[in-house]
Amino acid sequence: MTSTEIARVRPARTPRRSGPRSTLTRSSGLGLGIAMIWFSALVLIPLAAVVVTAIDGGWETFWATITNGQTMAAIKLTVFTAAGVTVVNVVMGPLIAWVLVRDRFWGKSVLEVMIDIPFALPTIVAGLVLLSLYGNADSPLGIDIANERPAVFLAFLFVTLPFVVRMVQPVLEELELDVEEAAASLGASRFTTFRRIILPSLAPAIAAGAALSFARGVSEYGSLVLLSGNLPFKTEVTSVRILSSIENDNVAAAAAVATVLLAISLTVIVLLDLIQRRVAARG
Amino acid sequence: MTYVLRIVATAYLFFLVAWPVSLVVTHTFDDGFASISSLLQDPDTVVALQLSAYVAVFSVVINTLFGVGISMLLVRQEFPGKRVLNAMLDIPLSVSPIVVGLALVLVYGGRNGWLGPTLAGWGFDVIFSTPGIIMATTFVALPLMIREIVPVLEEIGIEQEQAAQSLGANAMQRFWRITLPSIKWGIVYGVVLTLARSLGEFGAVKVVSGNVLGQTRTATLVVEEKYLNFDQQGAYATAFLLAMVSVACIVIVAIIRPKNHS
Repeated sequence: MTSTEIARVRPARTPRRSGPRSTLTRSSGLGLGIAMIWFSALVLIPLAAVVVTAIDGGWETFWATITNGQTMAAIKLTVFTAAGVTVVNVVMGPLIAWVLVRDRFWGKSVLEVMIDIPFALPTIVAGLVLLSLYGNADSPLGIDIANERPAVFLAFLFVTLPFVVRMVQPVLEELELDVEEAAASLGASRFTTFRRIILPSLAPAIAAGAALSFARGVSEYGSLVLLSGNLPFKTEVTSVRILSSIENDNVAAAAAVATVLLAISLTVIVLLDLIQRRVAARG
Repeated sequence: MTYVLRIVATAYLFFLVAWPVSLVVTHTFDDGFASISSLLQDPDTVVALQLSAYVAVFSVVINTLFGVGISMLLVRQEFPGKRVLNAMLDIPLSVSPIVVGLALVLVYGGRNGWLGPTLAGWGFDVIFSTPGIIMATTFVALPLMIREIVPVLEEIGIEQEQAAQSLGANAMQRFWRITLPSIKWGIVYGVVLTLARSLGEFGAVKVVSGNVLGQTRTATLVVEEKYLNFDQQGAYATAFLLAMVSVACIVIVAIIRPKNHS
């Protein structure tokens, strides 16, 4: 994801006059209609079907399904691991972005490419890749965490690597050095400059990246298949739980758990939208 | 301080990305080109690779048409519900691939889906068949193109087009002669990213495809299958082929992007 520069990705808000108005002509309206039909058929109706199927059996069935011991263990593992990984990314992401923007050294462009690899690499290959170094009897490091909980953490860490870095990087690039120099000349220490000047301008980007990385972690599946062994109560994540329900032909249970994941993704999307509005309003 | 940060960042990326990825390459060539060539002689694997390529091409074409169209509408038009649509277009980025698969099965499943039985009645099977794989892949890659084109469209504005319009160019001429050339690079990046994402989709495809050997098994499913059947060499070789394509995509983007930026 080389341009997750959210601040620029979305159209700027145009001043709203009284009520929603439309500038659609007949042909652009037709285009929008066709696009909406496709988007509905592909995304909206299927996702609605998940929610409808989940609540079809009534609230009690829904609640019983997601509070089932094994399911609850999977949800907890997924959410806590994703949260932990997000914390690591909030620290490492800005650090890596800083090195990429402010530092100059031989081989920097290689690091630049490495950031994007987890995004482009097929998730199943990502799992295999991690397995070859960290989950193998003949691992060169002598580490074997396959089928253990740290494997889930590691897989999440790998697939969420680009998000915070790629959000923070463009903001850091546009930051004026003058302001920092002015602060330094007025006697601010490097730490004070960082805390009072740099951090506040990076905060929205870090938050947006953190939200995306949390959402990605929670929904991860492919990289875990080979790496985590999918042991119930131990390394089974929510996506795997949903898949085994599907394979057992228990679509209602699958839909109930999927609805929980959808709620999390939706929260993240609303959060992202709010962060963007704040950034747009400030800038 | 600078050196500490540099070393921390480099070491982190080395242990998390560089070293593991390089191991797949060395494992693949443990015994020369034998594992790659034996892979390419296995007809089922070749069919899987072809299916992956075919599906990826479909997904790229659909997402390019949809992405260009919807981006132009979002940037240049005002309509009720625009903000909601704008936010919803990001949904595929954060939905679990398994949920994507489940959602498609619930609507297009041949037996119990909302629309599946009707479509099956017309002789059109979606789930456990190629259209389902294409839909799942298109779903997960949907936002990538839009995220590339929207910023470019915003930057170029509409002055040139207004000028062209005042000189008598019609909508088609304005699109082909002015808009398209200026968003060309955005589309190229979008295509590359969509291609990488589409070739690599695994979870959603696993749910909708039925994973039938030689028919609906894609390359990523082959990796899993081979690994679970203790054919590690085959798994590494297939993974290597997939990884090579995605790394090539990333490098292409990295090479052409900076020039365009400045």
